[in-house]
Amino acid sequence: MRTRRTIAAALSVLALTAVAACGKDGSPNAAQDTGSKLPTYQVKSDVKLDGSPTWKKAKARGNLIIGAKSDQPFLGFEDVAAKTRSGFDIEIAKMVAADLGFGPDQVQFQTVVSANRETSIAGGQIDYYVGTYTINDARKQKVSFAGPYMVAGQDLLVRKSNTDITGPDAMAGKNVCSATGSTSLARIDTYHGKPVKYDTYAQCVDKLLTDEVDAVTTDDAILKGFAAKNQGQLKVVGKPFSKEPYGVGLAKGDKVLQDAINAALKAHEDNGDWKKAYDATLGLSGASAEIPPLDAS
Amino acid sequence: MGILFEDGNFALFRDGFLRTVELSLISGALALLLGVLLAAFRVSPVPVLRAFGTGWVTIFRNTPLTLLFLAVTFVLPRLEVHLPSFTLAVIALGSYTGSFVCEAIRSGINTVPIGQAEAARSLGLNFGQTLTSVVLPQAVRTAVPPLGSVFIALPRNSAIAGAFNVDEIFSVQQTWVDRGYSTIAIFCWIALAFLLISTVIAQLFRFLENRLAVAR
Repeated sequence: MRTRRTIAAALSVLALTAVAACGKDGSPNAAQDTGSKLPTYQVKSDVKLDGSPTWKKAKARGNLIIGAKSDQPFLGFEDVAAKTRSGFDIEIAKMVAADLGFGPDQVQFQTVVSANRETSIAGGQIDYYVGTYTINDARKQKVSFAGPYMVAGQDLLVRKSNTDITGPDAMAGKNVCSATGSTSLARIDTYHGKPVKYDTYAQCVDKLLTDEVDAVTTDDAILKGFAAKNQGQLKVVGKPFSKEPYGVGLAKGDKVLQDAINAALKAHEDNGDWKKAYDATLGLSGASAEIPPLDAS
Repeated sequence: MGILFEDGNFALFRDGFLRTVELSLISGALALLLGVLLAAFRVSPVPVLRAFGTGWVTIFRNTPLTLLFLAVTFVLPRLEVHLPSFTLAVIALGSYTGSFVCEAIRSGINTVPIGQAEAARSLGLNFGQTLTSVVLPQAVRTAVPPLGSVFIALPRNSAIAGAFNVDEIFSVQQTWVDRGYSTIAIFCWIALAFLLISTVIAQLFRFLENRLAVAR
C-alpha cells in the first residue's frame, strides 16, 4: 500500500516538473534595460477637471487606475518578478497621467485583455486604457477615444530564413497565426491564408519558432517587439496592409477627460517626449514611426 | 438578440456548435474507453498495472486542463510530434476526462459486494471473466449518476480548446466581442448553446439511469 502511494507521488512530481521545465522555453522574458533613456514627465499640480466624473472619482480615490496589456514586449509588458511595466503604451499612459495631475506613485496599472476592454471602461474598473487599442466605429458606440497617438498597420512576422513570404498576397495557402477573435485573424481569410489561432501572440511566436506555422500576423508594432526579442531568428516583412490608429480608451461621453488627454498627447508630442519614449522602447527594433495627427471625435 | 441573423453570424455559430459537439463526442468516447481500461487496471491483481492506473489518475485529475492543453500543444512539437489541433484537443480532453471516468467506475466497483467476486472465482472464472461478466455490469449501474456529471462537464471543459486553434462555440464569442456586438446578447447565445448540449446529455443519463436501475 505504502509503495503504491510513493510511486504515485513520485510519478506526479516527475510529470509536473517535466511540464514546468518544457514551458520555460516559450515563456516571455524580454530583457528590457531601457530605464536610463526613458524621459521623465513633469507632473502638473494645478489640474482641475471637475466636469469629468472619471477624473473626479480618481482624484477622490487618490490614484489613477490605467488598463494596459501585459504580454507585449516593448509595448505593454509586465515583468511579473520585478513587478514593473515597460513599453511605449505604458509611457503614453504615464505622460498623460502626469498632465492630469498624477505622479508615477499615483498610477496603478491593471492588466485588461482585449475582450474585456469595453466592459472594464464602461464599468469604471479602470479610468482609461492604453494598450494597442484600435479606434473604430463599433467601439466608438461603447467608449470614447482620445488620440490616435500612433498608427500601426497589420504586417507579417516570419522566420529570418524565409524568403517566399514577401507581403499579404503571399499568405495564400500558408499557415498564418494570430490571436483568437482578433481583426487580424479575420483578415487572413481575405488573403486566402490558413488561419491558426491561439490565445496570445507569444504562443503564435512559439509556433513560428517550432516551424508549425509559416507566419504570425497582427499590428507591426506588436510584431516588432517580438522580432526584437528573438533577434537573429525572426523578421518583420515590412509591408503593412491596414491602418490601425491606436487611441486611449475612456468612458463614453466624458468629453472633458477626452479633451484633456488629447491636449496632453499634443503637448508631449510637441516637446519631444513622444519621440524619446518611442526611441527607448519600440524604436529599439530599428524601425521608425511617425507622430499621427490627432483626431478629436 | 438579433446578432445571430446578421452578416454571416449564423454560419459561424452553427459551425462552432457542431465543432463543440464533435469534440465532445470524440473525446467522450476516448474518455470512456480509457476510463474503463484504467478502472480495470486499478483493481487488477498485477502491481504494475495498478501503479500505472493510480499514476494516470493522480497526474491527469490533478493537473489544470489548460496546463494539459499547453503541454500537448507546445511540448509535443518540441519532441517532433506534429498533430492537427483538433487531435491535440481530443488527447488533452480525453486523457483528462478519462481519469474522472475511471474514478466514477471504480466507485461503482467498490459498491459490488466482495462476495460476488469470490463466488465468481470459486466457479472457476479468471480475473477478466469475473470483471467483465460479474463485477462491471453491476458496477456500471451504480456509476451512472457520477458518470453523468463527468460527461456534462466535458462539453463545458471543451471551451478551452477555443484558445488552442479549435473553432468551437466558445471561440465564436471572442470573434463577436471583437466585432463589437453587445456582451449580453453574445453571452445569451453562447450560454444557450451550452445549455442545449448539457440538457441533451442530462436527459440521456436520466434515461440510462431509469433503464439500468437495480433494486438492492
